[in-house]
Amino acid sequence: MTSTPLVDRTTTVAARATDLSKVYGQGETQVVALDRVTVDFQQAQFTAIMGPSGSGKSTLMHCVAGLDSFSSGSVRIGDVELGSLKDKQLTKLRRDRIGFIFQAFNLLPTLTALENITLPMDIAGRKPDKAWLDTVIQMVGLSGRLSHRPSQLSGGQQQRVAVARALASRPEIIFGDEPTGNLDSRSGAEVLGFLRNSVRELGQTVVMVTHDPVAAAYADRVIFLADGRIVDELHEPSSEAVLDRMKRFDAKGRTS
Amino acid sequence: MFRTALRNVLAHKARLLMTVLAVMLGVAFVSGTLVFTNTISEAYQKSSAKGLDQVDVAIRPEGRASHGDTIAKQPRLTPELLDKAAKAPGAGTAIGVVSGFTAIADKDGKLIGGDFQSQGGNYWGTEDPRYPIVDGHAPQGQDEVLVDSETAKRAGYKVGDTVRLSIDGPVLTPKVAGVFTTDDGNVAAGGSLALFDTATAQRLFHKDGSYDEIDVKAASGTSQIALRNALDETLPKDVASTTTGKQLADDQAQQIAAATRDLRTGLLVFAGIALFVGTFIIANTFTMLVAQRTKELALLRAVGASRRQVTRSVLIEAFVVGAVAAVTGLVAGIGIGAGLRTLVSRFGGTIPDGPLIVSPGTVATAFAVGILITMLAAWLPGRRAAKIPPVAAMGSLHAKATAKSLLLRNTIGALLASAGVAVILYSTTLNASDAQGPMGLGAAILVIGVFVLTPLLSRPLIAAAAPLLRVFGVAGKLARQNSVRNPRRTAATASALMIGLTLITALTVMAGSLQTAIDKMASSALKADYAVTMANGNDLSPDVEKRLKSADGVIATSPLRNAPSRINGETEFLTGVDGATIGKLTALAVDAGTFEVGGTRVVVDHDTATSHHWTAGSRFTVSYEDGKKQQLTVAGVYRSTEMMRGIMLDTATLAPHQTEPSDMQVLVKTSGGATASAKDALVKALGDNPAIRIMDKKDISNRIGQMFTLMLNMLYGLLAMAVIVAVLGVINTLAMSVFERSQEIGMLRAIGLDRRGIKRMVRLESLVISLFGGVLGVGLGVFFGWAAGELLGTKLATYELILPWGRMAVFLLLAATVGVLASLWPARRAARLNMLTAIKSE
Repeated sequence: MTSTPLVDRTTTVAARATDLSKVYGQGETQVVALDRVTVDFQQAQFTAIMGPSGSGKSTLMHCVAGLDSFSSGSVRIGDVELGSLKDKQLTKLRRDRIGFIFQAFNLLPTLTALENITLPMDIAGRKPDKAWLDTVIQMVGLSGRLSHRPSQLSGGQQQRVAVARALASRPEIIFGDEPTGNLDSRSGAEVLGFLRNSVRELGQTVVMVTHDPVAAAYADRVIFLADGRIVDELHEPSSEAVLDRMKRFDAKGRTS
Repeated sequence: MFRTALRNVLAHKARLLMTVLAVMLGVAFVSGTLVFTNTISEAYQKSSAKGLDQVDVAIRPEGRASHGDTIAKQPRLTPELLDKAAKAPGAGTAIGVVSGFTAIADKDGKLIGGDFQSQGGNYWGTEDPRYPIVDGHAPQGQDEVLVDSETAKRAGYKVGDTVRLSIDGPVLTPKVAGVFTTDDGNVAAGGSLALFDTATAQRLFHKDGSYDEIDVKAASGTSQIALRNALDETLPKDVASTTTGKQLADDQAQQIAAATRDLRTGLLVFAGIALFVGTFIIANTFTMLVAQRTKELALLRAVGASRRQVTRSVLIEAFVVGAVAAVTGLVAGIGIGAGLRTLVSRFGGTIPDGPLIVSPGTVATAFAVGILITMLAAWLPGRRAAKIPPVAAMGSLHAKATAKSLLLRNTIGALLASAGVAVILYSTTLNASDAQGPMGLGAAILVIGVFVLTPLLSRPLIAAAAPLLRVFGVAGKLARQNSVRNPRRTAATASALMIGLTLITALTVMAGSLQTAIDKMASSALKADYAVTMANGNDLSPDVEKRLKSADGVIATSPLRNAPSRINGETEFLTGVDGATIGKLTALAVDAGTFEVGGTRVVVDHDTATSHHWTAGSRFTVSYEDGKKQQLTVAGVYRSTEMMRGIMLDTATLAPHQTEPSDMQVLVKTSGGATASAKDALVKALGDNPAIRIMDKKDISNRIGQMFTLMLNMLYGLLAMAVIVAVLGVINTLAMSVFERSQEIGMLRAIGLDRRGIKRMVRLESLVISLFGGVLGVGLGVFFGWAAGELLGTKLATYELILPWGRMAVFLLLAATVGVLASLWPARRAARLNMLTAIKSE
C-alpha cells in the first residue's frame, strides 16, 4: 500500500504534509488555497492551526485528514501515503485511524449517546474495547446520560459525546474543526480540557483548527497560516501570545 | 407575493419535479380517457349514422308480453305487410331485412372476426341500395354468397372462391358471388357480414318467410315524419311499430354514448385513484418546502406579510405547479388517447376512422383537475406555513419541527378503522344485495382510518423488520431509524403505495376464489367428456346432436334444449335433456327424491323448487309454447351449477310442443374419455366446422379462467398507474430525506462509512417504507377480499376463500422492487454528496 518514504520516518510523527498544495480553478480565476506547505504533527501532541479566514487552515486540516483531495505534494498518516488512495481506501483509513470532532451536526439524532460514541466501530463491524470505552466515558463525564438522544442533551454535552466518539476507537490522530465554535465559554473550556487531558494522560494526538486564541492556548503548539503558507509557530503558548500574533495579521491586512 | 411565489417555484424546480410528474400522470390519465372515449364515441356515431342513410322509416314487429298461461307469439312482418308499406302514400322503396349469426372461416379454417361480430343478412332483389357491389353479382340460392370487402381483403377471398360458413351447426360451402362495400357499424368495428338472397336468408335464419325489419325509403319530397304517419295509418298497429331513421340514429347515438360512458366511468375511477395517490406526494413536497423555508417565511412575516399572504404564496406556488402539470398532462393525455386507439385496433378491435376529438370539456377538466388537486393538497402545508412565528427568522438554525403529538390523530384513526371493520363485519351477515352499500361504505371508512393510523402503525411494523435489517449492520440500523424519524412523511409515502396494492390484492383474492369455485362447480357435476356449443353461444341445430351421436367412440349424448313455458303465471325456461343418458353425463348433487327424467317425471333445481314451494313428489301444470298444458311430477330436487339449472324434462316429452327446436349445447361422452383422437372424431363428424366449439372439462375451466384472467390483467394494467405514481412518491420522499440529512451523511462519510454503506442505508430505508406500504396493502386487500367473498359465498355454494400466496408474495416483491428502484437515484445522490460542503456549519 505504501511507496518508499520521501522523508525519514520518525516514530514520533503521527501525520506529515510535504510540499502540500491545493489549487482551485485554472488560469485567471485560479485560487491557491495551500502553497507548498510542509508540516509534521507529532505524536501525543496537541496542535492548533490558526490563521485569518481564507488562510487555508481548514483546507490544510481537510487535506491531512483525508477529507479533501490535494493538487500536489504528499500527505501521510503514520506510514500511509494518502495521495495514492482511492475513495474506498480513504474511507477505511478515516474509519480506522482518524477521529473527528466538528463544529456542529456532529451526532446522529436517531442514535443514543452511547450508540453515537460507538458508531465508528459499528461501521467497521468491530466490538469496542469495553475497558477503554468506560475510561473515555468516565473522562468526559457522560456516565449518566448514555441512553439519552442528542436532542435531550445540551450543546456542551453533545460535543462531549463527539469527543468520546473520537477517542473511543483509539485513532492515531484526532482532527477537530472549530470544536468549540458553537459552545459557550464554559462548555468550550470543558471540551478543550478533555482534549488536552487525552493528549497528556492517554497519549492521544490531536490537531485542531480554531480562530479562538483562548482555545489555541490549550495546545502544545500553534501553527499560523496566511495565504496558504505556514508563517509562524508558537510552542506552549499563552492566549495573550496567540492574540498578539493574530493581531499582527490584522495589522498586515490593513496596511497591505 | 405572486413574484415571490413564482421565484420559489423556479428555485425549487428539481424538488418539485416529482410532484409535477405525479400530477401530470393523473391528468394525463384523465384527459387520455376523455380523448379516447370521445373519439370512439364520435367515430361510432358517424359510422352508424352513415349506415342509416338508406332508412327513412324502419318497421319492426310490435313487442307483446306473455300473460296468464299463454306465451305471447311475436307478430311477423310478412311479405304482404311489406307490399302494404311500399304502397303507403309517400313511400319510395321498401326493403325487407333478414339477419342472423353467420360464421365465416378464413382459408385456414379459422373463424373471421370475433365470436359476436359474425353477421349474416339478405341481399334485397337484384340491386340492394344498402350494399353496393364492387365486384361480381347478386347472390342466387344457397350456393352463392356475398362477403363484405373488408372481410374479403382480410381473408383473401375473391369472386369465385369457395367459403366455409355456418349458421347453426351444419357447414355450408357456397361460392363468393360478389364483394360489396358497407357502412355497417358492425363491419366497421371489425366484424364480418355475409349476404344471401332474401329467400335463402329467410330459410337459413329460420324466419319462415318473414322479415326482421322493413326499411322504407321516402319518395322525394316526403319527410320522414310524414312517411311514418302515413305508414302508421296503413299498417295494423298491433303488428308493426314504426320509427323514423332520425329517431333510430338518435337512439343508436344514445346507446353508443351510454356504452362509452360506462367505459369512461370505469377508466376515470382508476384515474381518480392515481390522482388520490398523487395528493400524498404533493402534500409531502409542500410540507417539506415549507419546513425548509421556515426562516424565509418568518422573515416575510417579520417584515409585515400577513398570515393570509403567506398561505396565499404557498397556494400560488401550488397553482403554478398544478398548471404546468395540467398542460403537460393534457398533451400526454392526447398522446395516450391516440395510442389507445392504435392499441385497440392492433388487438383486433377495429374502431371506425375519425379525427381525434379534444373537446373544450377535456381541456377544462384537465386544468381543473391538475390545478385543484395540487392546490387542495398544498392547502394544509400552506396553513402550517402561516403559523410560523416571525421570531423564527432570528433563530440561527432551522427551527426544529416540533414533534406535534400524534395522540389526536391516532384516536381519530383508531375510531375510524374500528368503525370500518365493524360495518364490514356487520354487512357480511346481511344478504348479498343488501350488503353491497354498507360494505363499500365500511371499506372506505376503514381505508381512511388506516391512512390516519399509518404513522402509529409504522413504528411496530418497521420494528418487526429490525432482525432482518440487522444483517446489514450499521446501514440497516440507520435505515430503520431514519424511516421512523418522520412518521407522517413515511406514512404518506407508504399509504400511496398501499392503495394500489390493497385494490390489486382484494381483486386477486376475489377473482381467484371465485374462479376456483366456478371451476369446481363446472367440472365436479359433469361426467360428460365434451360440451359442444356454437362459438358465439348461439343455439345449435338438433342436427348437430344427431351427427355427434353417430361419431366414432361416442357412447352417450344429450342436448340441453331450451324451451319457454308458463308455470303459475310466470315464464320459466325448461331444459330438455335426453332422459335415458343424462344420468351418465352429469353427476348433480340430489337434495331430495331421485334424479330421474322421463315421461312426466322431471327434476328441478333447488332454487326453482324453493320459489315454487315444490318438493320431491310435487305436481305442477306447465303450459308449453304451443299453448298445450300438461301435468308434470317433480322426481327429484338437485343442486344447480353454472352450466345446469332449472327444470329438466325429457326431450321426447317436449318435442310435440316445439316447432323449431334448438340446443344450447350438447353433452358428449366417449368410450375412451377425452383424448385427442376422440376430439378429432367429433370434429370430423361435424364437418370440421369452425363455428362450433368442442370443449373438454379443461377447456370449460379455461374459458371461465380466461374471463377472469383477462379482467384481472386489465385491472392490473390500470392499477399499475397508481403504483407508478407511488414510485414517484417514494423517490420524492427519499430525495427530500437525503437533502435534509446531507450534513449527517457528510459526517457519516467523514467518520468512515463508505459510499456503498451510504447507498445501502438509503436503499434500505426505501425498502422499509415500500414494504411497510406493501404489507399494509396486502393485509387490507386480503381482508376486503375475504369480506366480499363472504357475500359471494351466500350465492355460490362451492365458494371458499383461497389465498393466492404466490401472488401475494409477488405483490410484496413488487413493493420491494418499487423500493429498490425508487432509491436508485436518491442513493446515488447521497453517495455523491460533497462531504466538505455537507459538514460545513452555517
